[in-house]
Amino acid sequence: MIEQKLLEIENLSTTFSRGGMALPAVRDVSFSVGKGEVLGLVGESGSGKSVTLRSVLGLSKRYGDVTGSVKWCGTDISGFSERKMRQVRGCEIAMIFQEPMTSLNPLLTVGLQITETLSAHTKLNGAERRKRAIEMLDMVGIPSAAERLGDYPHQFSGGMRQRVMIAIALAAHPKLLLADEPTTALDVTIQAQILDLIMLLAKEMDMGVVLVTHDLGVVAQTCRNVAVMYAGRIVEQGAVRQVLKSPHHPYTVGLMRSVPQDVPPRTQLYSVPGTPPSLENLPAGCAFAPRCQNTSSNCKIERPMLVNTDAGRKLACFNPVQALQGELA
Amino acid sequence: MTSTVMEIKDLALEFKVSRSIVDVIRRRPGKVVRALNGVSLHMEKGETLGVVGESGCGKSTLARCIVRLYEPNRGKIKFRNQDIFAADFRNDRSYNKRVQMMFQDPYSSLNPRMTAGQIITEALSVHEMRPPAEIPARMAELLDLVRLSQDAAEKLPHEFSGGQRQRIAIARALAVEPEVLIADELVSALDVSVQAQVVNLLLELQERLNLTIMFVAHDLRLVRHVSNRVAVIYLGRIVEIGDSESLFSNPAHPYSQALLSAAPSVDPDDTSGAIRLEGELPSPLNVPPGCAFHVRCPYKTENCTRDIPVLRLIENMGEVACHNAEEIAKNA
Amino acid sequence: MSDVTVSQTQQALKKSKLQIALRKPGFVIGAIIIGLSAMLAIAPGVFAPYDPNLISYLEVKQPPSWAHPFGTDMLGRDSLSRVIWAYTVNMQMAILATVFAMSFGVFVGALVGYYRGIADQIFGRLVDAIITFPFLVLVIAVVAVLGPGLVNMYIAISVVGWVYYARLTRAEVIAQMGNDYASAGVVMGYSDRRIIFRHLLPNAITPVIVYWMTDMALAILLGSSLGYLGLGAQPPQAEWGVLIAEGRNFITTAWWLSLMPGIAIVITGLGFSLIGDGLADLLRPRT
Repeated sequence: MIEQKLLEIENLSTTFSRGGMALPAVRDVSFSVGKGEVLGLVGESGSGKSVTLRSVLGLSKRYGDVTGSVKWCGTDISGFSERKMRQVRGCEIAMIFQEPMTSLNPLLTVGLQITETLSAHTKLNGAERRKRAIEMLDMVGIPSAAERLGDYPHQFSGGMRQRVMIAIALAAHPKLLLADEPTTALDVTIQAQILDLIMLLAKEMDMGVVLVTHDLGVVAQTCRNVAVMYAGRIVEQGAVRQVLKSPHHPYTVGLMRSVPQDVPPRTQLYSVPGTPPSLENLPAGCAFAPRCQNTSSNCKIERPMLVNTDAGRKLACFNPVQALQGELA
Repeated sequence: MTSTVMEIKDLALEFKVSRSIVDVIRRRPGKVVRALNGVSLHMEKGETLGVVGESGCGKSTLARCIVRLYEPNRGKIKFRNQDIFAADFRNDRSYNKRVQMMFQDPYSSLNPRMTAGQIITEALSVHEMRPPAEIPARMAELLDLVRLSQDAAEKLPHEFSGGQRQRIAIARALAVEPEVLIADELVSALDVSVQAQVVNLLLELQERLNLTIMFVAHDLRLVRHVSNRVAVIYLGRIVEIGDSESLFSNPAHPYSQALLSAAPSVDPDDTSGAIRLEGELPSPLNVPPGCAFHVRCPYKTENCTRDIPVLRLIENMGEVACHNAEEIAKNA
Repeated sequence: MSDVTVSQTQQALKKSKLQIALRKPGFVIGAIIIGLSAMLAIAPGVFAPYDPNLISYLEVKQPPSWAHPFGTDMLGRDSLSRVIWAYTVNMQMAILATVFAMSFGVFVGALVGYYRGIADQIFGRLVDAIITFPFLVLVIAVVAVLGPGLVNMYIAISVVGWVYYARLTRAEVIAQMGNDYASAGVVMGYSDRRIIFRHLLPNAITPVIVYWMTDMALAILLGSSLGYLGLGAQPPQAEWGVLIAEGRNFITTAWWLSLMPGIAIVITGLGFSLIGDGLADLLRPRT
């Protein structure tokens, strides 16, 4: 029996327009997430990873043009009305954002913000909602949860606020969590705690997670699968162990080797020359070609498609990097 | 032979938190943020001193004290044996020529209304680094030094990417030909692939110009990569300081250990990140008594809650501020 | 070749700021109004059909007609010519009543914003004291001390008005000081003067200029009010406030006498406000 995927995205594209110019923020992105699966979406700023997440939830529609199909438990939700979408959001798919400071309403108590979600998506009564809110805060590791229900967001520290965000997101027992750089604004010791928490909850509640991050270390330590994005497209996709241990796309290789881990100290780091292209001015062929050291003549004219290679991996490159073992971690 | 360039002794800085009207009426004493709590360190000519710690630990405050953006309440900073806050020296602008700083946010550290060329030229002409006729040539040379193309001179900051802006900031700092560079989270706001470019540039410039660098950052892998020595700061105090390689391969203070193991490795099979700290960084408004780390420390003993540990040299390690460093090392 | 396209798009971006402003109809209308007003103010003789002070007892209080589009007043003077000649005085008010207040206010605001400390505390109290009084009442009090007349009126408006500029500039300078380029200036060893006037002010000035435009409209209103009350321009000087006051006694029989200068005030005020809105977009630096 083939397990039903939670979320299947096919050829998702999002285009914004600014001053009459079309900005292709996301192009032909396809991936799927199953129960209990943690998928990492890695890329640098402007690579389209956050926009992808927002497009899944229908949050980009207001600002741009979204095409492609988004299937939730087998049903295409890309054409859903805003009202129907609201049922999916929060209840079945939850999202947490990068900035724990600004994504909570500063004027409402934390308890109220959790029970609000519960009353929108469950049939619990007041007392049950309160009980559940305490349970949630407890679960995400906020000490003396019952007393803190009446506190306002500013009374919590950054890490605690992110926990509150997670508690709110998970209150209605979503089947899928979309996490947009949930730990970027936090310190490393707190980041470790939050990631552990997300992993634990994914396991216990059999919840799917899409984790957007720019930190390859976070991906390596938490995800099962990974998709690497560059200039709005997925350039390499596959199981984390395979992709990070033997990356084939020159961009993935560049990212991996830019991380100063296991290189002799104070030596020159490997660096990808140049900067990511602006969306207004994408190169005609492969978007990475101007920064790539493996280019052949067709790279500049033709765009490589994302195709299956070995063992469930996908790659969009004409001249993949083959043997790098030994040099990399 | 090395020579000491910068010497910092027992530096302390408190910020007063403004009292609300309720506090004034109730005669509650004003609160103070203890940003620095007695920091002592020194920098040798040509070395890179890494300073790591979590947000709010005081590492940026330390950097800003060194360039006289803040004045400490206690303690001394000596640059080549000259107290930089001494009455007859505090307004001496020649110090600014010798000690320069680069800031974290590439979007706010450049005046948005001046072109890159104007920004660099201003530094050159204010300090009369060259006769006026030679300034344009020197400006071009500096752009070249930080690997920016010559047409960059005509552009405004918003036309550059984050990495390019940090290069302009580096060029501005280098324009006055300093001996010491303070890099406060220089690459933290940049993408990974661009980070490597800027770090490479910094290392190369250091070699070429024999610069002394203080590299303040929260990314341990980067600090390890660029530093000769490293200081770990927790709540305004140095908890461990020593040679970079030995500190990273064999950290002695439980906080250094936790910080190191919390940084996620890019190797999926490397799951050694086992030490998880309980709780959060206490607020600097309310520093715990005794060792400030004891509330999160897995090894705390009774005297940790009472006595503040001082930095002491431990055999085969650097200087560590922990009562139980030897026992912890033995049991590891 | 790709370099060419890059520089072309940047050219396009640079141009677009002015284009965006020009695409806003409000800004264009405001610019046209103020442009025409300035022309009338500089050379009223060219546009006015009659001598504004030519008295003609045969044509007293005539309603608008082809010969006198705005009618004539109680002395038979041509109202249109008097409204046009008033442009000189009223546009002069817009500038003279604000420009000193602005310069001084910006200077003081920048200094107290940069240095803070005790001077800032005193400044704060001063601002509190001044803005609790209605602006007009305070100006009238100052004019009462100095005596009526245009020059004294400019002095009175400037004495009270600089506080608003200073307050705005101070707040903007403090906000700009949160940016690291200000700290960088200190670290570079630049003089305070250079940091304040070369770095902070150019970035802090935009809202001040926008406010200045609104304030010019207010200055015309205020000047006319004082003229109406007999504290500003003195008859027979053609000034909108004076003209309205002159028509006051005949409001039921010769309504045009007060209405026409009133319309001139409204249109000029509108022109300044519209320009102010457009300038806000034009002057904002890109980040």
